[in-house]
Amino acid sequence: MTAIPQPLPGAQSGCHSAPVLRERGQREVFCGLTGIVWLHRKIQDAFFLVVGSRTCAHLIQSAAGVMIFAEPRFATAIIEERDLAGLADANEELDRVVARLLERRPDIKVLFLIGSCPSEVIKLDLSRAAERLSQRYLPQVRVLNYSGSGIETTFTQGEDACLASLVPELPSTVDPSLMVVGTLADVVEDQFRRMFDAMGIGAVGFLPPRSSSELPPVGPNTRYLLAQPFLGDTARALESRGATRIPALFPLGAEGTSQWLQAAAAAFGVDPVLFECVVGPACARARKAVARYRPALEGRRIFFFPDSQLEPPLARFLARELGMQPVEVGTPFLHREHLAPELALLPAETRLSEGQDVERQLDRCHAADPDLVVCGLGLANPLEAEGLATKWSIELVFSPIQGFEQAGDLAELFHRPLERRARLEV
Amino acid sequence: MQLTVWTYEGPPHVGAMRVATAMKNVHYVLHAPQGDTYADLLFTMIERRDRRPPVTYTTFQARDLGADTAALFKTALAEAYERFRPQALLVGASCTAELIQDDPAGLAKALGLPVPVVPIELPSYQRKENWGAAETFYQLVRNLAAPAAAQGKRSDALNARPSCNLLGPTALGFRHRDDVTEVTRLLDLIGVDVHVVAPLNAEPADLARLGAADFNVVLYPEVADLAARWLERTFGQPAVRTVPIGVGATRAFIAEVASLAGADASRLSEQPDSRLPWYSRSVDSTYLTGKRVFVFGDATHAIAAARIAAEEFGFTVVGLGSYSREQARDVRAAAQRLELEALITDDYLEVEAKIAELEPELVLGTQMERHIAKRLGIPCAVISAPVHVQDFPARYSPQMGFEGANVLFDTWVHPLMMGLEEHLLGMFREDFEFADGAAPSHLGHAKASAAEDAPAETAVAQALQDSDVIWALEAESELRKIPFFVRGKARRNTEHFAAAQGIQTITLETLYDAKAHFGR
Repeated sequence: MTAIPQPLPGAQSGCHSAPVLRERGQREVFCGLTGIVWLHRKIQDAFFLVVGSRTCAHLIQSAAGVMIFAEPRFATAIIEERDLAGLADANEELDRVVARLLERRPDIKVLFLIGSCPSEVIKLDLSRAAERLSQRYLPQVRVLNYSGSGIETTFTQGEDACLASLVPELPSTVDPSLMVVGTLADVVEDQFRRMFDAMGIGAVGFLPPRSSSELPPVGPNTRYLLAQPFLGDTARALESRGATRIPALFPLGAEGTSQWLQAAAAAFGVDPVLFECVVGPACARARKAVARYRPALEGRRIFFFPDSQLEPPLARFLARELGMQPVEVGTPFLHREHLAPELALLPAETRLSEGQDVERQLDRCHAADPDLVVCGLGLANPLEAEGLATKWSIELVFSPIQGFEQAGDLAELFHRPLERRARLEV
Repeated sequence: MQLTVWTYEGPPHVGAMRVATAMKNVHYVLHAPQGDTYADLLFTMIERRDRRPPVTYTTFQARDLGADTAALFKTALAEAYERFRPQALLVGASCTAELIQDDPAGLAKALGLPVPVVPIELPSYQRKENWGAAETFYQLVRNLAAPAAAQGKRSDALNARPSCNLLGPTALGFRHRDDVTEVTRLLDLIGVDVHVVAPLNAEPADLARLGAADFNVVLYPEVADLAARWLERTFGQPAVRTVPIGVGATRAFIAEVASLAGADASRLSEQPDSRLPWYSRSVDSTYLTGKRVFVFGDATHAIAAARIAAEEFGFTVVGLGSYSREQARDVRAAAQRLELEALITDDYLEVEAKIAELEPELVLGTQMERHIAKRLGIPCAVISAPVHVQDFPARYSPQMGFEGANVLFDTWVHPLMMGLEEHLLGMFREDFEFADGAAPSHLGHAKASAAEDAPAETAVAQALQDSDVIWALEAESELRKIPFFVRGKARRNTEHFAAAQGIQTITLETLYDAKAHFGR
């Protein structure tokens, strides 16, 4: 049950050598600033200060589709006309804004200064600003910086940039340890931690941690497991500190989760009998939960617009565990090395596309006339109005979908739009 | 730099999008980086539009900055024209593209497209959404309104009724859809035809014939005032500037329109389906008298709400403010009439502090104030943009005209505790089911607000520490018998009274002396 996954029959080659359609044009995706929407809830003593325009502030406020009105741990320092006149003044202004902010929020231990399109175009050096401000506020507050700008990052790449900026801050260690990298819902993190503990893997750290005081240590004997497929820069930064990656599927669905756990278990020499004992029951439960949705989804054709880079592993899950047919799998960026195990398991006829020209992609989508379209919020209602069933992709980023106990929920997310259409008689 | 937690308005190009999206057969090509497409979801999700906004984003990336972003713009423009074949194009830049100075206007001109191309220059680092909408609408009108249309007024035809244009409704506007229907119906009763509604559902050809109407009605000054002034100057079309929100303003609107149109509308001022005047005079509404209300929103809706609250509900307006800096003068004048100083700010935290300080019994605000009020345990009704999906109700729900006034009556009274319920709560404070901060019973299982923890009370506690006045135990427990929604006011009044009288310790006597001194 938990053996190394085999390609589907008739799809021996998988998708890993297939040509990728690379497109440029209008991209209907968020920029990296959007990651703040979940990161600010995950790291509870961090504050995210965007240095940008009113557009940036409006984007974050609107990105989740609703405004989130708990006292937010993010804000925007909006650049105004006079800040454009002289960069020296802009730095002074930034210092003033940070002072006001930290005065209001004495509970903050880490402050991220986040670059945006305008701050990068005017070449406001936020890494120097972060250094300067760190000197002033350490040891109470550590000031870091990263870019979430749309000219450099797409949606989830903002998390990649954020985590990469944390890597130099991680304490050093030479002890063997496992690090799980990528934001997971707290409940999922707890499930995985229990399983690693039961396997006796020992020291397990999570990046990002829930508090900046729990930064996981890293060193030459650290092996890390990616929980998310969009973490290229973070992986590189971890490797520069000596850590090595454990290649694996991503923990989506019963198969993905068990192979992900198994990769870690193998790396740490866990006894296969113990592994089966720990993982077996949960995996069986996940398969059962997923199977409920298979009759409704089997044979249905699905089309992915690019959004979070989660698209290839999601398509793999839907194809292998629910029998869906991915027509096109669009992703904003395809990290071939990290996704190699995933691509090998995709049906060979799947069209992979990277980047976007939204008009041409809509033409292809209309021509393909799929049973379900996975797309962003800007496209969903217009496609529904044309008669296509859609699934909002952002829900796949904002919901706990990883791990065994969530595998059934993940399948249900794709089932719900079809179920809803079947119910409605208006 | 301005530290911003929440923003009332988006950037100016979002205002331009509201105009373009409202119209038909217009396409907006926006020089913008990846990510700015987020604005599409405002329209497709909040307003539930069934079509994408007619906007093409050039989507330049960092690597394009060293290369040729201008070429990217030209390609995007040419392709958008080919694909969508609009009657007119808008071209412009978002905040980042403004910095790289590619000159969309010049680039578009060089392409020589066979339709009008209207360049929109929006200073993103100075201006905001409503200004962007107004400027865009003005540029469209200026570029497309044909002088020839103004030569022959439509009403010149034999037996034709007078006609007007309705200016200002946009996509993503607060109840614009229903206001247009209501005002059109009202004008019809007066005997006036609507010639063109713009920008909502208008196409460029409709803007060309604007000049043939006898006059203009400025429904939303934030968007339409600039264009209406130009039409006034250029075609000599007078503008009706009374915004018909509330019964009084609707009557004034009717009179103003009737005098411009030469119609007799005296019988229209008492419409049988105008229920607000009687509902307000009904004894049931006595409990509304003097309720302390805080008003905040865009200028048009805030000014209207403050007047209606005072004149048509019998409330006491304790604060009036707006985020519309462009209309600040009008808001200040309205505040002055109520002997208040207007709060003109787009800083959400400042508005929050003001509400906490004033401790109103009802907040009439935007979705932002709704959340502030929720935190402070104060009832709230939403009167203005920024919009939320809830501001697009399925039912007919205008703000303007007599039906709009009916809607306001229901909307503002709904969150309040009913008169007799309030009395019972006052009389039998110790009934165990009257939990402190109980919500009005018709609001069902709404959570009791934690009024005691609310910053309003914390602020008062702070003031208390500063003022050195001490509450005797007996007085303190008597104070708790006062319903929570007026307790803050009672506490504050008593402390002011004690301080003024030089009293160190507030006793039962002081509490009731203060009550007698201040009245309700």
